[in-house]
Amino acid sequence: MEHLTFWGHFGVWVAAFLTLGIYSFLYRDNPWYKFTEAVFIGISAGYWVVVLFFDNFYGKFWVGRGEEPMLWIGAILGLMMLMRLVPKIGWIARWPLAFIVGATSGLWMMNYLTSNAMSQVQSTIMPLFGEGFGASFGEIIGNLIIIVGTFTGLIYFFFSKEHKGAFGATARVGIWGLMITFGAMFGYTVMSRMSLLIGRVDFIFRDWLGLIQ
Amino acid sequence: MKTRTIEMIVLALLVISSVWAYVGKINGWHHGFVFSSSVSLVIMILLALSLVWILIRTLQDKLVGRRIVFLYIGVALSLPLFMSIDQPIKVSDEVRGVYQGLVDLQPGSKVLISFDYDPASAPELQPMAEAILGECIERDLDMIVLGLWPMGPQQATMALDSVMSRMGLTEQDVVYGEDFVNLGYQAGGEFVIQRMGSSFESMFKSDFRGTPYQDLPIIKNVKNFSNIDYSVNLSAGFPGTVEWVQVGVDRFGIKLGAGNTAVQAPTVYPYMGTLEKPGQLVGLMGGMSGAAEIEKLTNLKGKATLFMLSQSFAHVIVIAFIIIGNVAYFRGGRKSKLKGE
Repeated sequence: MEHLTFWGHFGVWVAAFLTLGIYSFLYRDNPWYKFTEAVFIGISAGYWVVVLFFDNFYGKFWVGRGEEPMLWIGAILGLMMLMRLVPKIGWIARWPLAFIVGATSGLWMMNYLTSNAMSQVQSTIMPLFGEGFGASFGEIIGNLIIIVGTFTGLIYFFFSKEHKGAFGATARVGIWGLMITFGAMFGYTVMSRMSLLIGRVDFIFRDWLGLIQ
Repeated sequence: MKTRTIEMIVLALLVISSVWAYVGKINGWHHGFVFSSSVSLVIMILLALSLVWILIRTLQDKLVGRRIVFLYIGVALSLPLFMSIDQPIKVSDEVRGVYQGLVDLQPGSKVLISFDYDPASAPELQPMAEAILGECIERDLDMIVLGLWPMGPQQATMALDSVMSRMGLTEQDVVYGEDFVNLGYQAGGEFVIQRMGSSFESMFKSDFRGTPYQDLPIIKNVKNFSNIDYSVNLSAGFPGTVEWVQVGVDRFGIKLGAGNTAVQAPTVYPYMGTLEKPGQLVGLMGGMSGAAEIEKLTNLKGKATLFMLSQSFAHVIVIAFIIIGNVAYFRGGRKSKLKGE
């Protein structure tokens, strides 16, 4: 026997009602789905307003405003952002936006260059047969795929020369590499969505109805 | 009978059977069902035969509607949950890398675990979290958890409660503040990681419960990443593994293992190295299969292992319908050509 309070039972039923309401869309659009969708959007919006207000405005600015004067600059920039709501002085909002774009670019340009460009280039430059010719057959094949895939992929994105002849054939190999990558990504996405669905199905049959042993 | 009437009757039957099943569960009238291996095998054969039948009908130009596809996916996901078949799980080098990071640590080492996800991604990431926490407890490692997503710390608490219950441990066995601490959520994304590089305390003045940083024995001597022996990031998006790699690994040199949703895994794979050349990540758990693999390595069989059969069934059904769809497409094209369209 399961020991839950009234509100515990109520919560499980509400969760089941909303879960089934969302999936009812698979049959066809209906008022149950529309209600569930509206509840989800409303709760999400409300939740994020509260989180952002208490964690950012209250938790960071209001609590620390006396200790760190720099926070006032952030608050003023935030206030300037709200000027968008007044059409006549809406141009003021461009200044904080420009600050955000500039600061983010400056801060993250080196990070992206180091982590997503230089490190990846470094990983691509490798001895084909391993250190001291110690690579196995599978590793050599893997290395070859990386070399060919990188080279042909880059050729595909070289648009200054017409994709004809040997150059065009190399670019087509690059397209195949890209398509296989997109296929793998799509496969992973399907796997992820299935996992989420399995989670809800498990909730329905195990936690709600108790039908799974 | 009108479609509307049939729909109402089906809905009423569903409500009645659901109430019956729920009341039965509460009063102990039933304890759930499980199919024997023979019944499971018969179900699999029936499913396969029905797919062959759909293929034959497609060849006869009688196409199935989208609702039939949805129904098949639903059935393929649900039925394996009732089956008692164990699916063999092969552990990949990527997942072994995450596990090896824990194995290499001495008891008392500090492990930083960032919970950067919310309940929406729990089916994939929660089993990973439970397996990692379970292994940390087993190896007597100090666990410092935090969240760059608002609901991350709650997921950490739920994972710890679940794993302690499964391992038969109490709060006396895993002492809060000494063996485990939850620093809570901190807004700011990647800037939090950057500030943590110089001082943890500047970002987390107190823990999840409001206890001041210096009053927590497990972290009072932890100044920055140099005092952390191993880090694990469980992520469902931004901020997540990419930010931890860019700031934590490449700027501050932390040793990082990652667990991602399957959607995110392909974007994180480039950070993995090879056997010869270590990458920015020491290991990667991708999606539910990654979670099942880490469960196997840690001997903590959980939901990911149970769900893998459903996952495999669903994939088979998806592949079958891709084939059926292609057959319908190419037959349609051939017919158009014959008609001269």
